[in-house]
Amino acid sequence: MDSEKEKAIHEHESHSHEYGVYILVFFGLLALTAITVSIAGLNLGSLTLTVALVIATIKTCLVANYFMHVKFDSPIFKVFIAVCIVIFATMIGLTFFDLIFR
Amino acid sequence: MANGSIAVPAGREEVVDFYKHESKHKGIMSWLLTVDHKRIGLMYLVVMIGFFLTAMTLGFFMRLEMLTPGQTLMKPQTYNTLFTLHGVIMVFLFIIPGVPAVFGNFIMPIQIGAKDVIFPRLNLLSWYLYIFGGILALISIFTGAADTGWTFYVPYSIRTTTNVSLTVFAAFVLGFSSILTGLNFVTTIHRMRAPGMTFFKMPLFVWGIYATAWIQILATPVVGITLVLVILERTLGIGVFDPALGGDPILYQHLFWIYSHPAVYIMILPAMGVVSDIIATFSKKPIFGYTPIAMSSLAIALVGYLVWGHHMFTSGMSDTSRVIFSLLTFLVAIPTGVKVFNWVASLYRGSIEITAPMLYTLCFIFVFSIGGLTGLVLGTLNTDIHLTDTYFVVAHFHYVMFGGMGLLFFASLHYWFPKMFGRMYNEKIAKLACIIFVIGFNGLYFPMFIMGYLGMPRRYYDYLPEFQTYHVIATVSSWIMISGILLMLANLLRGLRHGSTAPENPWDATTLEWTVPSPPPMENFDEIPVVTKGPYDREGLKEASLKH
Repeated sequence: MDSEKEKAIHEHESHSHEYGVYILVFFGLLALTAITVSIAGLNLGSLTLTVALVIATIKTCLVANYFMHVKFDSPIFKVFIAVCIVIFATMIGLTFFDLIFR
Repeated sequence: MANGSIAVPAGREEVVDFYKHESKHKGIMSWLLTVDHKRIGLMYLVVMIGFFLTAMTLGFFMRLEMLTPGQTLMKPQTYNTLFTLHGVIMVFLFIIPGVPAVFGNFIMPIQIGAKDVIFPRLNLLSWYLYIFGGILALISIFTGAADTGWTFYVPYSIRTTTNVSLTVFAAFVLGFSSILTGLNFVTTIHRMRAPGMTFFKMPLFVWGIYATAWIQILATPVVGITLVLVILERTLGIGVFDPALGGDPILYQHLFWIYSHPAVYIMILPAMGVVSDIIATFSKKPIFGYTPIAMSSLAIALVGYLVWGHHMFTSGMSDTSRVIFSLLTFLVAIPTGVKVFNWVASLYRGSIEITAPMLYTLCFIFVFSIGGLTGLVLGTLNTDIHLTDTYFVVAHFHYVMFGGMGLLFFASLHYWFPKMFGRMYNEKIAKLACIIFVIGFNGLYFPMFIMGYLGMPRRYYDYLPEFQTYHVIATVSSWIMISGILLMLANLLRGLRHGSTAPENPWDATTLEWTVPSPPPMENFDEIPVVTKGPYDREGLKEASLKH
C-alpha cells in the first residue's frame, strides 16, 4: 500500500515537472486555434461544422489529459469522464432526434 | 459494534456532544461559521422547515380559493402568483434539497465511518448559496412575483411583465448549491469510507445519496444554463427560445426537463435509501436483495436521465420522439419495482415493529405505489393526450413528490431524531399525526385524479359547478392534512424540550451512526471504525454487544 502511494507521489511529481510537455501542448493548442480560424474562411459546405467540432474535440482532449492531469490519474476518473460524455451525448442525441423527425 | 469491530473509546461517558463542543466562535456565530457537517445539516433543517411551512400556507390559501366556483378569496393574477411560488419554494427549496442536504449531511458521513465530509468549507458555502437563493426567491414575491408556474415555460416567461428574471435567478443560485453538495458527497463517499467499508458494505441510504449526488452534478448545470438563457432572452432578446426571433420554445422544454425530470430522482432516491434502512431496522432482519436495491438506485439515476420527453407529449415534439420517450418511461418502472418488491420481501417473516418512522415508511409504500402507477397512465401516449394539464397530473406528482419525498422526510426526521437531538418524542402522538396526515393527504389529492379524468384543468382559479363536490372534499382534507403536519411538528418540538434522553441505539439498528453517542460528539468517532460486517448484519451486532 505504502509503495503504491510512494509510486503515485513519485509519478505525480515527475509529471508535474515536465514543463516541456506543457509548453508543447500549449503550442499545439495555439496551432489548432489557428487552424480553426483559417478553416472558418474556407467554404467546406456541410463539413464546416464537423471539422470545427473535430478540432475542438482534439483540443479538449489535450487540455483534459495534460493540463487537467487525467492522463496521469487513476482509471476511476477516466470512467467518470466517460460516463459524463456518454450521458451528455445521449442528451444531445435524444434532443436532436426530436428536431430531425419533427 | 454494528458494522464491525470498534475499540471502545476510553471514558465514553465523558464524551462531549457536538452541541456542547467548544469552538473558537460563540453563540450564533458558532453555527453560522461552522464547518461541522452535523451543524450544517441542522441549519438546512431549520431553514427548510421554514420554507416548507411558507409554501404549505400558500397551498392552504390556494385550496381555500377553490372551495367555491368563481372568485372566493383572490383575483386570478394572485392565484397564478400563489401557485408559482408554492411550486418554486416546494420544489427548489424543500423537495429537491430536503433529504440530501439535511440527512445526507448529518447522517451519511457517520454511516460511512468518516469524521466529516471531505470539503467542509465547500459544504458551508453550499448552505450560504441555498440561503442566498431562498432569499432571492422571497424577495421576488414582493417585487412583482412571477406568474409562470415553477416551470417558467417560454414564450410566456419571456413576455410576462412580472419579475420572472429574479425568480429564475434564485433557482439558478440554488442550482449551484445543489451541484456543490453533489460534488462533496461523491468525493466523500469515494475517499472517506472507513477501512473495510467496501461499496457493497455501505448502508443503502448512502447508495441513494451517491446516486443522487451524480444527478446533482450532471443534470443541474443544464437547468442553470437554461435559466440564464431565459434571463438573457428577456433582457437582450438573443433569440434562442423566442419564436418571434427565430428561436425554438420546444428547445426550452427539452433543456428544462433534462434537469427537472432527473430532479424527481434527486428527491426520491435518497428517500428510498431511508426506506431500506428503516425497514431493515424495524423488521429486525437484513434487507432482502441488498445488491439489486443498490444497483436499482444507479439504474433509476441512469434511466431517469432519458425520460424527460414524457413531459412534452403534447407540446409539438416529433412523433418518433414521443414513442421513444414513452418506451423509456416504462423502463423506469423496472428498477422502481425492484425496490418495492424487495422492501415487501424484507418485511416477510420479519419481526415487524410499528414505530412512527416505520408507520410513515409503510404509508409511503402505499401512497408511492399509487403515485408510481398513475405515472404509467401519464407515460402512455394516448391516455396522456387526454390527461395532460389536468388535475390528474397535479394529483400524480403530489402523490410522488409529497407522498414520496414528503412522507419519507418525516420518516427520516422521526428515525434520526434521537440521534440528532439526543431526545425521544411521544411515540403515540407521532403515530396519530402520521395517520391524520395520510387520511388528509389522500382526501386532498385522490379527488384530483377523478377531477382530472373528468377534465378539470390545472392552474385555473375558477371551475365548472359540477366539480365543486370534489373541490370541497379536497379543501376540507387539506385542513386535516395540515393538522397532521402541525401536530407532528409540535410533538417533535415538545420532544426537543421535554423528551426523555435518547440512548445510543434506541431502535436496535445496525448501521454505524447508532454506534456513536446521541447526539454524536464533534468529529463523530474517537477512532475510525474498522468495518467487517454488512450494514444490516444483526449477527455482527450481537457479537459486538457481547464484546462490550
